[in-house]
Amino acid sequence: MQLKTTAAAPGSMNSPLLHSALTPSGPQAVAIAWLWWVMLGTTAAVFVIVLAFLGIAVFRGSRKRDGLVPTRDDSTLTAAVVVSVGVTTFILFVLLAASMWTGRTVAALEAPSAVTISIVGHQWWWEVEYEDAVPSRRVKTANEIHIPIGRPVVFKVTSRDVIHSFWVPNLHGKRDLIPGYTTAIWLQADRPGVYRGQCAEFCGMQHAHMAFQVVAEAEAEFDRWLAAQRASSADGQTESQKHGRAVFLTRQCALCHTIRGTPAFGAVGPDLTHIASRQSIAAGTLPNSRGHLGGWIVDPQAIKPGNRMPPNVLSADDLDDLLEYLDSLK
Amino acid sequence: MTRGRSAIATSCLLIQLACRAEIYRAAAQATGGDPDRGAVAIHKYGCDSCHTIPGIRGALAHVGPPLTEIGVRKYVAGQLSNTPDNLQTWIRHPRRVEPHTAMPDTGVTEIDGRDIAAYLYTLR
Repeated sequence: MQLKTTAAAPGSMNSPLLHSALTPSGPQAVAIAWLWWVMLGTTAAVFVIVLAFLGIAVFRGSRKRDGLVPTRDDSTLTAAVVVSVGVTTFILFVLLAASMWTGRTVAALEAPSAVTISIVGHQWWWEVEYEDAVPSRRVKTANEIHIPIGRPVVFKVTSRDVIHSFWVPNLHGKRDLIPGYTTAIWLQADRPGVYRGQCAEFCGMQHAHMAFQVVAEAEAEFDRWLAAQRASSADGQTESQKHGRAVFLTRQCALCHTIRGTPAFGAVGPDLTHIASRQSIAAGTLPNSRGHLGGWIVDPQAIKPGNRMPPNVLSADDLDDLLEYLDSLK
Repeated sequence: MTRGRSAIATSCLLIQLACRAEIYRAAAQATGGDPDRGAVAIHKYGCDSCHTIPGIRGALAHVGPPLTEIGVRKYVAGQLSNTPDNLQTWIRHPRRVEPHTAMPDTGVTEIDGRDIAAYLYTLR
């Protein structure tokens, strides 16, 4: 973890976090961004033309009042109304066609070889599970999603409490997470990078602190990452790591968190089996450094008031060993 | 009347800005670090998750002592006199100074330690 905070390795917190629908990185986001520019261009042109005609009308009106222009007859007026209604209808149909084309492009991604990832929204974090036909090969993690580039990924999304919304602006539009109902969203990243995702449906006090990262990487790197996540946790090599593990298992931590390979199988909070491999803690709220992790464990309510994690006032030595242990869970 | 008031307000602002610049210059000179880089490093290592630190966004925590006016405090960690060297030692290796402190060794590098100390000396 210490290395990660100092070295600007690709995919680390120090590489720029992308969060804009206007720099699309996948086929669907490209289509959505195209539609945005078409709409912006068309409506800007309409705006300029309408203002120009308004200017002309004001100018002519003042001349007419001064008796400089003869009064126009009704047939010109009718023609003007017919032409403007015609042009407006035509423009609206063009925009309708453009948005239908975008809708079709966005929906056309399905592929049998897609990676399938289940997402469960919680107040206020994201539970992530990589599906596999073999149960022992399924992988659970939280708040950080790795995907291979150039290959469709399907997210099956649902919620455990209130309605959330899954949104990675660089890759796709939004998809709501509805409690008790699973929906799917397909997306694909064509460029490697770390894309920021954000809950896009107000879901309570810490809605703004419900973010996640999508790390898009080459297939080989993704496979390596998935294999590493599939492994169960390290047991702790040094004395202090071993003691830290005991602290985790005997204090309240294990009641809410899972660390695979230990008796801890709580499901209230995120799976911590490979917590040290993640870039942020508390759902994208803080960088994953030892200082933040320590402060978070002792007083999470000061950082993210209202979240489910209670304060944990451990003895100083227990806290330090616990941090050593968590730091070893790469 | 209004012009007089705004002149007074402007000069107060200028004096404050000048003082701030002087405080930053003095802190940089005392430590050899850069206070602005220090403010960034403070968030990178996570000091702000435990300490209340003026001028750092969101640093309103009550796990460790507040670092308000740390620049004029006489002791660090209740035992080291507050010199730039001692402050940096404490920031970088708190558990070497006090083996049972709750403050973890966060892996602060030498340069970052200097910068963080520089920022902390602007708090007076």
